[in-house]
Amino acid sequence: MLAYLIRRLFAAVVMLVVIVMVVFGIFFLIPKWAGVDIALSFVGKQADPAAVEGVREKLGLGDPIYAQVWEFFKGIFAGRTYTGGGDSIQCAAPCFGYSFRSEQAVWPVLTDRFPVTLALALGAAVLWLILGVSAGVLSALKRGSLWDRGAMVIALSGVSLPIYFTGMVALSIFVYGLDLFDGQFVPLDESFSGWFGGMILPWITLAFLYAAMYARITRATMLEILGEDYIRTARAKGLKERTVIGKHAMRSTMTPLLTMLGMDLGALIGGAILTETAFNLPGLGQAVLNAIKNQDLPIILGVTLITSLAVLVANLVVDILYAVIDPRVRLT
Amino acid sequence: MTDLSKSGAAVGEPTAASPAPSAFLEVRDLKVHFPTDDGLVKSVDGLSFQLEKGKTLGIVGESGSGKSVTSLGIMGLHTAGQYGKRKAQISGEIWLDGTELLSADPDHVRKLRGRQMAMIFQDPLSALHPYYTIGQQIVEAYRIHHDVDKKTAKRRAVEMLDRVGIPQPDKRVDNYPHEFSGGMRQRAMIAMSLVNNPELLIADEPTTALDVTVQAQILDLIRDLQKEFGSAVIVITHDLGVVAELADDLLVMYGGRCVERGPAEKVFYEPRHPYTWGLLGSMPRLDRDQQERLIPVKGSPPSLINIPSGCAFNPRCPYADLPKDNVTRTVRPELAEVGSRHWAACHLGKEQRERIWTEEIAPKL
Repeated sequence: MLAYLIRRLFAAVVMLVVIVMVVFGIFFLIPKWAGVDIALSFVGKQADPAAVEGVREKLGLGDPIYAQVWEFFKGIFAGRTYTGGGDSIQCAAPCFGYSFRSEQAVWPVLTDRFPVTLALALGAAVLWLILGVSAGVLSALKRGSLWDRGAMVIALSGVSLPIYFTGMVALSIFVYGLDLFDGQFVPLDESFSGWFGGMILPWITLAFLYAAMYARITRATMLEILGEDYIRTARAKGLKERTVIGKHAMRSTMTPLLTMLGMDLGALIGGAILTETAFNLPGLGQAVLNAIKNQDLPIILGVTLITSLAVLVANLVVDILYAVIDPRVRLT
Repeated sequence: MTDLSKSGAAVGEPTAASPAPSAFLEVRDLKVHFPTDDGLVKSVDGLSFQLEKGKTLGIVGESGSGKSVTSLGIMGLHTAGQYGKRKAQISGEIWLDGTELLSADPDHVRKLRGRQMAMIFQDPLSALHPYYTIGQQIVEAYRIHHDVDKKTAKRRAVEMLDRVGIPQPDKRVDNYPHEFSGGMRQRAMIAMSLVNNPELLIADEPTTALDVTVQAQILDLIRDLQKEFGSAVIVITHDLGVVAELADDLLVMYGGRCVERGPAEKVFYEPRHPYTWGLLGSMPRLDRDQQERLIPVKGSPPSLINIPSGCAFNPRCPYADLPKDNVTRTVRPELAEVGSRHWAACHLGKEQRERIWTEEIAPKL
């Protein structure tokens, strides 16, 4: 088990380095090959030539590419000072870059936005796991019944309807129609009930989409597992059906769900752009959307890195949980 | 006339009100049917037999003859965990030690499972839960029926693993099924099924998934344990060699029905049904000097949705045309006594069959 952990951790670190290099390559190398002036895209199109030259000097764009990567890496751990064009800008560690356009370091933007996205993703995950898994298990146990068909139709609509549609419907019903919630985001440190009231609709909307997917996967997996020989063995022992399902079948059903959860959570933490936009939540997704609109490359770069990191961490956690659940995984 | 036919029908079809039998296990006219989109699958269609404690019954037949369905029916595993609309239709009677199982409360039957009757399955790798240790699974089986703490149950598990011949049982108890070899896994499976000293043990193809070299060990183990615990054993197999070693009585199934039943040596040395002849002819024998080619039973097993009319075996039977009036294709033969405690269901005359066996079949085997 320990060897497995060390191997996974090592793989994660290697992966992280590769990710940073690839992302750096995408943002700095490809434009170079394409003949686009990167400094121009960092400072904005209507910038005067002096400012562009300043940014070019600050980023060291004239240096060889490995030196640029190294400076960027070093900045993450040791901070970085951008000097050039007659002034210098301090970027404290961990420095994920500096947006010359909006004149702010990227890291504070990320840390500002991250908790909102994390809360959105985790809250929704709890909801969709409870809803999706229980609906899926019930559907599997009552296969072919009215409940099963009904639940699967709802699940199908959940998978098919886009967030910006269900989000708008939820808003118009619960906020503008029934006036149940305020519909405004309130930071957690200001008021818990206000925060909760603002998050509940995004949670439900996001959870609806994922619960639908999880219900379908749970149902399919559960049906498959129920046909397994070891389920028959469990019954042959004289176990109560509740134990057969709740212990023996659920344990096996969890494995594919966990894999999905790892990837979904990772992707969501990187920014649930649609949900955050529909509900005007100041999360990473909204930040990156604004950055794309303003062509604010450093912010996009920072969010991309954080997203990759989130997926990496989520998958690492899943790998570890996987080994806890399935003893056979520990060998590989 | 009418009286005669009524009384004739009453003999073979006991009603639900019939008294509890004296035998430890008695199955009467068991039918297990499964409704499907294509029609009703009659996996078992009227099967009766008895079994005493300390005795072994071998049920043989090819795939789809209803062997496993019978065993799962006795265990009540067709009705437990049946989800969805299409439920198996089960009728008849299964008497276990004075209790009729089909009409009993399902929860009562559940409590009998694992304690009074236990089962060994064909493929021990898929029959053991991959995520729990061998020990955890045996402990669970023990603690369902015994109110003991985990420590005591684990001691019992180690004891059982030792009894079935697993080396270093105190260490192996914490291993997972994938860390066991095939033979070891089946030993663990046997340990698990015997942990509650069941009085009835059903072994469903216990050696089919195993290496040939391990098969004999497992069969020896089952026989030794049966002697030790004095339980009744049903061994289900398509391999006559397996039951030749173990069984006191043999029951040959074809198309969901019993075609021949009797003491093992009778069925082996004086078989009275053409299908049994076919099974014997298709079995490799090591005890003969001259190796003849195996004689397969021609054709394939019948569809259990459209079982051939008359004798189910008639499309594959080389002697189907011998009886008069096309009777093999119109009238279903009933089991008839052909010797002491020996029954066969065939339209051929008794003397005719004896002649065919001694003159045509036996010399070729």
